Amino acid sequence: MNNEILELKQRFEDELAKIDDLQELENIRVNYLGKKGLVTDLLKRMSTLSAEERKTFGQKVNELKGIVGDRIVSRTAELRDMAIKQEIERMKEFDLSVPADLGRGSYHPVTLIQRQCENVFRSMGFTIEDYSEIVTDYECFEAVNIPKDHPARDMQDTFYLNNGQLLKSHTSAAQNAILRKYGKSLENGVPIKAIFPGRCFRNEATDACHENTFFQMEGIMVDKDISISNLIYFMKAMLSEVFQKDIKVRLRPGFFPFVEPGFELDISCLICGGEGCPSCKHSGWLELCPCGMIHPEVLRMGGIDPEKYTGFAFGLGLTRLVMMKYGIKDIRDLNSGSLKAMSQFTDDE
Amino acid sequence: MFLSMNWIQDFVDLSGLDLVELINQFSLSTAEVENEIFFKGSDISGVVVAEIKSVEQHPDSQKLHLLKVDAGEGELIDIVCGAPNVRAGMKTALAKVGAKVGENEIKPCPIAGQMSYGMCCSEKELGISDDHSGIMEITDNIPNGTDIKSVYAVDDIIFEVDNKSLTNRPDLWGHYGIAREFAALAGRELKPLDTINVKEYDNLPKVDMKILDPLCQRYSCMQVDNITRSISPVDMRIRLYYCGMRAINFLADLTNYLMLEMGQPMHAFDSRKVEKIRIKRYDKPFTFTTLDGVERNIDENTLMICNGETPVAIAGIMGGLDSEIVDDTTTLTLESATFDAVSIRKSTVRLGHRTDASMRYEKCLDPEMTDTAIARFVKLLMQYDAGAKVVSSLTDEYAFRYGAVNLEFDKAYVDRYTGIDIPNDTIIKTLRSLGFKAEVENDSFRVTVPSWRATKDVTMKADIIEEITRIYGYDNFDVHTTSAPLYPVRLYTEKVVEEKIKDLLVKRFSLHELHSYIWLYHDELKDLGIEADSDISLVDASNPNIEKIRKSMIPTQLCQIKTNASYAPSFGIFEIGRVVEGMKEDGLCNERKKLAITLFSKTKNVQELYFKLRDILEVMADDLKHKEISFEKKEAKHNYQHPRNFNAVICDGREIGEIGILHPAVLKEIDKKAAVVFAEIDVKNFAEIDNASVEYAEPSKFPSIEVDLSFISDRFAPIAKAIEEAKSALIRNIEVTDIYEGEGNGEKSITTRITFAHSERTLKREEVQVIVDGIIDALEKKGIMLKR
Repeated sequence: MNNEILELKQRFEDELAKIDDLQELENIRVNYLGKKGLVTDLLKRMSTLSAEERKTFGQKVNELKGIVGDRIVSRTAELRDMAIKQEIERMKEFDLSVPADLGRGSYHPVTLIQRQCENVFRSMGFTIEDYSEIVTDYECFEAVNIPKDHPARDMQDTFYLNNGQLLKSHTSAAQNAILRKYGKSLENGVPIKAIFPGRCFRNEATDACHENTFFQMEGIMVDKDISISNLIYFMKAMLSEVFQKDIKVRLRPGFFPFVEPGFELDISCLICGGEGCPSCKHSGWLELCPCGMIHPEVLRMGGIDPEKYTGFAFGLGLTRLVMMKYGIKDIRDLNSGSLKAMSQFTDDE
Repeated sequence: MFLSMNWIQDFVDLSGLDLVELINQFSLSTAEVENEIFFKGSDISGVVVAEIKSVEQHPDSQKLHLLKVDAGEGELIDIVCGAPNVRAGMKTALAKVGAKVGENEIKPCPIAGQMSYGMCCSEKELGISDDHSGIMEITDNIPNGTDIKSVYAVDDIIFEVDNKSLTNRPDLWGHYGIAREFAALAGRELKPLDTINVKEYDNLPKVDMKILDPLCQRYSCMQVDNITRSISPVDMRIRLYYCGMRAINFLADLTNYLMLEMGQPMHAFDSRKVEKIRIKRYDKPFTFTTLDGVERNIDENTLMICNGETPVAIAGIMGGLDSEIVDDTTTLTLESATFDAVSIRKSTVRLGHRTDASMRYEKCLDPEMTDTAIARFVKLLMQYDAGAKVVSSLTDEYAFRYGAVNLEFDKAYVDRYTGIDIPNDTIIKTLRSLGFKAEVENDSFRVTVPSWRATKDVTMKADIIEEITRIYGYDNFDVHTTSAPLYPVRLYTEKVVEEKIKDLLVKRFSLHELHSYIWLYHDELKDLGIEADSDISLVDASNPNIEKIRKSMIPTQLCQIKTNASYAPSFGIFEIGRVVEGMKEDGLCNERKKLAITLFSKTKNVQELYFKLRDILEVMADDLKHKEISFEKKEAKHNYQHPRNFNAVICDGREIGEIGILHPAVLKEIDKKAAVVFAEIDVKNFAEIDNASVEYAEPSKFPSIEVDLSFISDRFAPIAKAIEEAKSALIRNIEVTDIYEGEGNGEKSITTRITFAHSERTLKREEVQVIVDGIIDALEKKGIMLKR
């Protein structure tokens, strides 16, 4: 019987040495320690032995059972380690230097610049107004003091529709409505501070510098005692914020029917800071936007008494700002609908 | 417009001042000066008047001559010269050895073997005209050896003003008006114009002239006889050339000179051809040849100057060929007039011909100027052609007068507008220097606007503010913020919604925002075979391809999809833009703001793509409004919409847009293997939907019961409806776990998982079963059977 135990032990050791797989190990466990296993078998045969023999045999079989059990536990741990090691070995080293698939969408650059400007103006207490693209002759011209015979009203400059309306040629077309909208609160002591970005249209041939469809952003501020001095202050503060640098501004007389006095506003060159460089034609200045004190007639037509209130207005060329900011040389790219060109702009605030 | 500092200084003494600095100041206070300032004559030195004493043929050259030239140095100088107009006794401009002419420094050098000690110069070489046909011929009696710059105004500073910045300033279209600005800026006196006294000729006969049309405001004319001079003085020619005009002949040059000096266009007729001046329009169109030799079509709206019944000039634009002054003209009739500015502008547009004269007339010239211009013209004429003789009195008809503009305001008004304190005497001094009559008494100002500013430019007191402040200088302003109280600012809902939509579509769904045009491109749509609707068109669009305004943005986006079909295997685009959906009752356009989305894919099948788009809309409604969206099949009305898959998009019981699959016939034109789906949402209708507030539901602490039900149905909507109509508070969640489309018989079953829970106790199976049975019953009554 003792031989049998020794043989079984040897057989177990041999089998254990051959396998390298957890499943086979489990088979071995069942084969030796299971209900019908070889070790269990031995124990079952104890009933045929004498009490004396049973005691020593039992001790030996239990010893064997203990050894087999321990060996299986340790072998399991070994095999598990091995399997993990192999799994690690099997894994490739990945090359993270290949280009990423961003799968990203994109904003139109006008949206981005418009948002930046809007944020600046909102931070200074301006409301943002929306206005239609199709307007009446009154809104676009008459209400902003552009007389009947003004060249801007010619067919060749403005897109007229066959119902007599027109595609707005400037954002000033919204001025009258906005003055009327806030006239009441003005009388209650709340100044009018509004910007109105929008699409504008001009009936002209297009080239790299001219588009028939483009964006402007107009702003107005009306209150008692709004002055030229205030205008200069606001333009400098706002533009410094828009361009994220301390810029200098200067005003030159400029004629626009809806303001009096009217100005052309120059800013110190963004490239050279005013020293003079090719991009400012060595003048140190860039002509940026028209502005001025709102014409008394425009206020009056907006239901506001020009003897009591004054205000300033300015018009920023949003499309031009976009081109300046991103270095876009051909204005037509913006409306081209080409994803090659227009899919490059992601949120950049 | 080019301006000469020499000319300006005829009228204002600017000695001792930095002229370039003054020009910069002019740019900041009056009108925009172009960046480049030209220092004429700065590249010319050592050029003297010299007389050619002898001319010999060059031994080795047909073209060259050997000259002996007297440059006032006693000894004659040997010059080799190739000009064809050399002759003995002629005076010319000699660049001596050491002289500078443009880039060249003159050195002794052999020309074809003969030494030359200098160079005879053409006017072009001296930069004083474009004449390079021969060397300059000097006819004035000037001693040999005199530096040319000491006798002729070769040195000058020329600057250019942007014409656009003079649009509203009729007074600045001549040097005299510009000089007035310089005088004001420099604080110097403006000199009066030197003129003849026309009254001395009042006893002479009048010119036969009549204004027969109200478009002519004033017409002044005068006749001068016995004119012998044909070439203009050198200085006059130099000024004209520096200011961008070519010298023609003395009389033509003098009219141009007057225009550049006073801004008053003038015309000189040959008196032999114009004896009976009538200003009028014709009843019928006709053709007329202008002095540039071009035959032009004149219509019945164009004002003409006529000799009796014969047209001789287009008023304010250009003279006729037949009445032009020619070389043998000795008697001229001088016209100086003003016309209705709008009429002139419209005529130039109709004729497609803009001239230096019409450009000025468009600006509303001051009619007070016409007679002064004649008096100045005649003064200069007699100065340069002593024999000239006035043979008529000044004949003048003044049909239309602008009213005098008198303005009153007080110091407080100026302070309020400027925000700074400009002293009264500064205000008075500034206004007077610009020609305004200005008085102040106890802070009250009374101002009379000068005639040259009163034609349209200065009409109200705000205009006076500009006069005061621009001369004061905006750079000198003390700037400060307003004292206005602060109020909170709220964005309007539609704007918030729009911005959120953009973020959602870009950041969550990786769509690309594109911009497009509000009109339909006829040929692009034709290529795709799309018939797009339009309710309104452009009138006379310069491009017939863009006549119609779009009613939907989808056709536009389909064109963009076609453009970008090779951009990527899958992509989506969107835009928030405008369309016109019919007309409103008042006849105005019903303009709507739309969100359009179009998806394109070669990797997803059309069903996947359609569901992706459906999900985008659902997410939008859920995210922005906490609302659900439903769809209702709609009849396709356009040939790009798929008849089987076109749905209304409904949110909060309101149709807010449409979603559909592209029609295969159009798809074929883009890429028949791709899938294209689109949706269009009315932004305002969507934005107006109430944002359902978030209602917090406490999570149940008790176990929930899930029931899976499979119904045989083509659509989920009736199942959802039946569950909703069960109105059970125990239903916590509904989801579709499986859609099975059986093969062969086409039977489709939808497995729905309903989750039941109670927040305060454990549910009993039986109470759930009652609700489930109710749902099954309701559906089976509609013929939707439970799959057993």
